[in-house]
Amino acid sequence: MAPNDSAETTGEATSTVVGRRKAARYIVPVAVAGVAAATIGLVPALADSGDPDLPKISAQELIEKIAASDEEQLSGTFKISTDLGLPLDGLAGSLVPGGRGGDKDGGAAAPQDKLMELTSGTHTLRVAADGPERQKLSILGDASEYSLIHNQGEVWAYDSKSDEVYHAEAPEGRDGGGRAEKAPKAPEGAPATPKDFAEQALAAAGDTTSVTVDGTAQVAGRDAYQLLIKPKQSGSTIGSVRIAVDAENGVPLKFTLSAANGGKAVVDAGFTKVDFAQPAASTFAFTPPKGAKVTEADELETGKDERGAMQKALPGQLAELDGLAGEGGFNVIGEGWTSIAEFRSPGGKGLPEAGSGDMPAEAQGFLDALGDKVTGKFGSGTVFKTRLVNALLTDDGSVYVGAVTKDALVRAADAAAK
Amino acid sequence: MSQAEKSPAERAIDPGPQGSRSPLWTLGLLRSEISTLLRRHRTYALLAVLAAVPVLIGIAVRIETGGGGGGEGGAEGGAGPAFLAQVTNNGFFLVFAALAATLPVFLPMAVGVVAGDAIAGEASSGTLRYLLVAPAGRTRLLLVKYASVLAFCLIATLVVAVSALAVGALLFPVGDVTTISGTRIGFGEGLVRAGLTALVVAVSLAGFAAIGLFVSTLTGSGIGAMAATVGLLITVQILDSIPQLSGVHPYLFAHYWMSFADVLREPVYWDDLSKNFQLQGLYVAVFGSAAWARFTAKDITA
Repeated sequence: MAPNDSAETTGEATSTVVGRRKAARYIVPVAVAGVAAATIGLVPALADSGDPDLPKISAQELIEKIAASDEEQLSGTFKISTDLGLPLDGLAGSLVPGGRGGDKDGGAAAPQDKLMELTSGTHTLRVAADGPERQKLSILGDASEYSLIHNQGEVWAYDSKSDEVYHAEAPEGRDGGGRAEKAPKAPEGAPATPKDFAEQALAAAGDTTSVTVDGTAQVAGRDAYQLLIKPKQSGSTIGSVRIAVDAENGVPLKFTLSAANGGKAVVDAGFTKVDFAQPAASTFAFTPPKGAKVTEADELETGKDERGAMQKALPGQLAELDGLAGEGGFNVIGEGWTSIAEFRSPGGKGLPEAGSGDMPAEAQGFLDALGDKVTGKFGSGTVFKTRLVNALLTDDGSVYVGAVTKDALVRAADAAAK
Repeated sequence: MSQAEKSPAERAIDPGPQGSRSPLWTLGLLRSEISTLLRRHRTYALLAVLAAVPVLIGIAVRIETGGGGGGEGGAEGGAGPAFLAQVTNNGFFLVFAALAATLPVFLPMAVGVVAGDAIAGEASSGTLRYLLVAPAGRTRLLLVKYASVLAFCLIATLVVAVSALAVGALLFPVGDVTTISGTRIGFGEGLVRAGLTALVVAVSLAGFAAIGLFVSTLTGSGIGAMAATVGLLITVQILDSIPQLSGVHPYLFAHYWMSFADVLREPVYWDDLSKNFQLQGLYVAVFGSAAWARFTAKDITA
């Protein structure tokens, strides 16, 4: 009230002062917004800077530490982002038989489809484990959650979005230890935990690989060593694999796979929160909610073979390629990181030619849009690129696939043509 | 910055000669504001619409599943609003389904009407100057207005929750609650979670209420303020649904609204909830102080 009255009753000079004072009030909201913006900008930078001081350790010792790690009880939040750079967004999901819209197959809550979703985009997971007999993995969705629970011989999957339950008996005689065992085994290559990742990466080691300890880091509030794995050969699309290992108990906490040509990590998976105390027993208890639709695993399985095929169907076509391998045969060119798989299709025919009548023109155009045309001594072909795996389909029907650059594929094809 | 620090001092002086008053006086003002708010027919209409939403959802789900083929209903439920699939089997989830259905539009729209009307409505009906003649002071009046809008947020949310609980218990079986993480909690703890959820939803609306109050100080037209506030809500909801703008999404006040569902995880997943609270606090601070800056410096002509 005061500024208002004085403005009306006094002269020009005071009115500008009052005006200024009025304007000054707006500094408060602006300052609040500014401080907030600065905090948002600075806090992550400050949080990142503190790499812990840990005693030096060799790569060998670190790997042993991982191997010796016998931590069986943990719970935590796990974040995984995958950017495979597939030609079409979300192609990974649609390639899976009965992918996202899996409901129609009747096995809405079946684990395979859900785990496949993890191969693209960013997901938050919760994991809990208490020895080999009890594990739980939850994928947090928008106002819903997909939980996979293994509790002493029983495997339950509960999809809260559709309120459907999937039930299976845990495979007998399989020794626990890893978390992947909790369910009918996750599709090959589908990421699960840092431990699985680490084992996969280390298995590929050899003369072709440099394994070093690259400093330390803070992961999920714990001190960790960073194991850096890099291909020694050139031509690989994999830049580096980085594994953060808990300095205290050797549990891999974070896994980062970077592409050779830089950019965002292809796979970035790690704990954002981890606790090595025993999770509450109620975490693993599951009784289907009253009235929920329960699908038994045996109802889903029409035959063992089909199940086997499902598991292999990681990128859809791979299953077909397996089939091709059986008929047409395939061999591996090169070794280590730059190994290239070569398939010869039995018909000796590659992609249908435009206008050959095998394929509608639109479909042909679509395929061309996905790939790059290349030519070389082998003739000509099309290269299909993702950020990690490239494939060359030659016009005479050979397929070269590997985690290598386009040039390396062409060289391999040239060498094979000689 | 020095000027900004001076401002609180100005604010203390601002109410004029009657600088110190008992806090009881403020409480009395707040009580009269809230009772005025609750006596308005418009408030009843808003609350009645909110209470009707769970009834509609409940009856619709009941008819859908009652017509046979419960399994079909379950499969389709995945596409509808969150928690709809669980409602058939446990009426308790109607609370969450109703909150999920009303939170994007109905609830904030009601809050936007009340918040937008808070100052501008008084101005357009010519009662604002009489309010200011009373020795309340502008800052205090603004705080009381905001507090009554917040009270409305809580009342509106509780109306939805209680109506949903009543309808759910009437139309569907109730019993132990399976959290969305698959663990089971008793009905009593479920009720505690439902109450907590209602509280979270009410807090989620605090930032939007502050925006409404700010808009309300900008204009002398009550209708204009309501329209602008609700229009802003719709704009933000549209922005939040455009994936190409994902960079700004974390800063939109509506972005973390659905995080109330995290209360139903076991253990409760606090990450998004706390982000939501921080964001609401930020909006309250920025738009609350902007409303204060505007209102305390404004010429009151009506």
